[in-house]
Amino acid sequence: MSRADRRTPLHDVAIVGAYNTRQAKALDVSELEVLFDAMEGAVASANLSLADIDGVNVTSSTRRTNSREVVAWLGGRPSWTGVDIGIPGIVEAALAIAAGLCETVLMATAQVREYTDRASTAPWTRPSNEFVECFGLHTPGEFALMARRHMHLYGTPPEALAEVASAIRSNGARNPQAVHFGRPVTPDDVLRSRLIADPFHLLDCAMTSEGGGGLVLTRADRARDLGVTPVHLLGAGSDRQGMAYVTAPVWDLYGQVGARAAATAFAQAGLSPADIDVAELYDPFSFEIIRQLEVFGFCPPGEAADFVLDGQLRIDGSLPIDTDGGLMSFSHAGLVQLIQKPIAAVRQLRGELPDELTVPGAVTAVASNGGSGALFTDVLVLGAEAP
Amino acid sequence: MTDSRPLPTPTELSAPFWDGCRQGVLRVQQCRRCQALVFVPRPMCPTCQHTSLDWTDSGGKGSVYSFTVVHRPPRPAFAVPFVVAIIELDEGWYLLSNVIGCDPDAVHIGMTVEVAFTDMDETITLPLFRPV
Ligand SMILES: [Zn+2]
Repeated sequence: MSRADRRTPLHDVAIVGAYNTRQAKALDVSELEVLFDAMEGAVASANLSLADIDGVNVTSSTRRTNSREVVAWLGGRPSWTGVDIGIPGIVEAALAIAAGLCETVLMATAQVREYTDRASTAPWTRPSNEFVECFGLHTPGEFALMARRHMHLYGTPPEALAEVASAIRSNGARNPQAVHFGRPVTPDDVLRSRLIADPFHLLDCAMTSEGGGGLVLTRADRARDLGVTPVHLLGAGSDRQGMAYVTAPVWDLYGQVGARAAATAFAQAGLSPADIDVAELYDPFSFEIIRQLEVFGFCPPGEAADFVLDGQLRIDGSLPIDTDGGLMSFSHAGLVQLIQKPIAAVRQLRGELPDELTVPGAVTAVASNGGSGALFTDVLVLGAEAP
Repeated sequence: MTDSRPLPTPTELSAPFWDGCRQGVLRVQQCRRCQALVFVPRPMCPTCQHTSLDWTDSGGKGSVYSFTVVHRPPRPAFAVPFVVAIIELDEGWYLLSNVIGCDPDAVHIGMTVEVAFTDMDETITLPLFRPV
């Protein structure tokens, strides 16, 4: 593909700041304090201050902080507000910058004390739709229905799911910022943990926690003058397949969700999966990694289990994943994790992770959001070098 | 069944489905133009975008397309373990439900099942499924 074919306005934009607040099972500070930390930490990591921000996408979950309110905090200086979240929020911000609506966007979000009813599973795991809730469906059940069908079709063994969870959790165990720092997990530990919704054991599932994070985007030509290492947007793609947690998660209908996102993102980047050095893949459940490896084109259909069992997802493998510890071990503060995947990719490419989690020479990364049970998957390709 | 699980609140779109369950009939939408069966209910046919859909009766028989045995319920109201399954009806449409009336460990993909209408309160009847 020629360079002209893959031209996208995303190429005019770079991420210049990426920051995570403290994450914990339960934080001892207010959601606003965490959000302020996310905002200030993100702009500081871009060598900027809040006075330099003219576009915002800043929200919080429990308090329902919204970007219009944040514009008022910033004295009305920002002229642009974003409305989407996660990777589509990054795309929206980048397009606003490329179109000249604003120059420097702060994205930040935080969640504290959204999960208080501990007799139930986390609120973001309990859909309320009339065709779902009455049958006891939760997100582990929805994703388990996809996993079971894949295991039936391809013979995917539980040991492959356990290896995924162990690889991700072993990264978090070595990341001092991770909620589960110092807690390595073997595949046997995963298989011996209690069942949640089979085939998923407790350690196949994301944790629940609290925290925040933020990103700063600006024009790529301006990024060079900030004295920080910019990370470039190489490509992005979206795949939406309708009403999540309403329609039954039928593998034959929705199992490939994300294929369109990856195809678009890789084409814009002028890269193939084989060119990717690090993959910060959305990991609500272990099986979802196996699915994304196949759907994004890293492995042929039905062959990701062998790739995984060969140790290729570990830091010293050919495709290290979720190098901060992911939703399983780093943090899963509800929707915050949607931008924490790109944050992880940026911090990895900037060499900001501990040495033992740094992939030597990594210059390309992919980040994803969503998953099969959610009937959407978004993909972002990032690079240390300008496109 | 007397558990305290959350029950559906029918909408204008879904009321014929839930009314059917109360009357012991499993209903599914059918496109008036292309005959596609449509579930969950929609105001537009996803196959041909026609906006006239009728309700038709299903035989209520099908098989387990995929399933999970839930051990940690979303809410304490659900007694564990229980089986959540995608049922593939013989007419070729899919429905989420529970498989009841057998040991959860006996459920498998391809197992033939039939609808078992289960009254939950004075107005709501759920279409659960049991082995044939
Ligand atoms: Zn039609």
